Amino acid sequence: MIDWFVFAVAAVATLSGALGVVMSTNPVHAALMLVMTLFSVAVLFVAQNAHFLAAVQVIVYAGAIVVLFLFVIMLLGVDKSEDMGKERLRGQRPLALVAGLTVLGAVLLLARSEWVSGAQSAAGPLGDGSQNVEILARSMFTRYLLAFEITSVLLVIAVVGAVVLVGRPATPDAGTPDAGTSDAATSDGGTSAPATSGAGPSDEVGS
Amino acid sequence: MKVPGAWYLALAAALFSIGAIGLLVRRNVLVMFMCIELMLNAVNLTFVTFARMLDDVGGQTAVFFVLVVAAAEVVVGLGIIVSIFRRRSGATADDVSLLKG
Repeated sequence: MIDWFVFAVAAVATLSGALGVVMSTNPVHAALMLVMTLFSVAVLFVAQNAHFLAAVQVIVYAGAIVVLFLFVIMLLGVDKSEDMGKERLRGQRPLALVAGLTVLGAVLLLARSEWVSGAQSAAGPLGDGSQNVEILARSMFTRYLLAFEITSVLLVIAVVGAVVLVGRPATPDAGTPDAGTSDAATSDGGTSAPATSGAGPSDEVGS
Repeated sequence: MKVPGAWYLALAAALFSIGAIGLLVRRNVLVMFMCIELMLNAVNLTFVTFARMLDDVGGQTAVFFVLVVAAAEVVVGLGIIVSIFRRRSGATADDVSLLKG
């Protein structure tokens, strides 16, 4: 009985949060609705004995990713409401609704049938949830160890990519071509007249 | 009494389709990103449900990797969004339709 109650409350919160993300005109409100959905999904994880994933869901998603979203919204100053009244592409919303409902119908149709064989996979049994962290850790650090290490490479690539994307380009007056030519000039004229060639770059810097 | 897994799967399907509709309808790039997060969460919920139904730890391991990939995707995507907005302010997805720009 209590399971059904938890599921009903979490399901209503999940769906209303998702609808709030889609329908709210203000991006800040959308981000807060996303937090509600993520918390509800974490509750559903707990109800299914996935305690570690629920903790990670709250910490990583609600704690880090949504804060990152809000940070970018505030940084860019795009927290003004969007005009949802008119649609730019004619017939976009009905077509999107049809496509989404088609996806929903197809998934529900597939969920009706029995597609699983019931055979145990190579990953191992899950248990009753009392040792969730131990079982998950043993699976991750033995069978999926290579994939786990590849994810660290992925995170490093993502960090480097973000720095490259967001980092400002070098200012033009401190760019490399001028420095290269002045260095070449000093190295060429360095044997004949070191004093005058040494004064050249300092004049450029001063001007 | 445990809730049957089919209810969780139906909820995940509804969540996924709401995210897909939002991704198709909205024009704000940040909200589109949030809709992608909704779809990823629906998939995670499906994985966890199947892990419980089939008594298999592989589903929960897959959710862990999806979380990592989602974090990397958000970092790179928000970097792209910041660099777009730095070039032109108030841009929506319709304004960024050119590859050269």
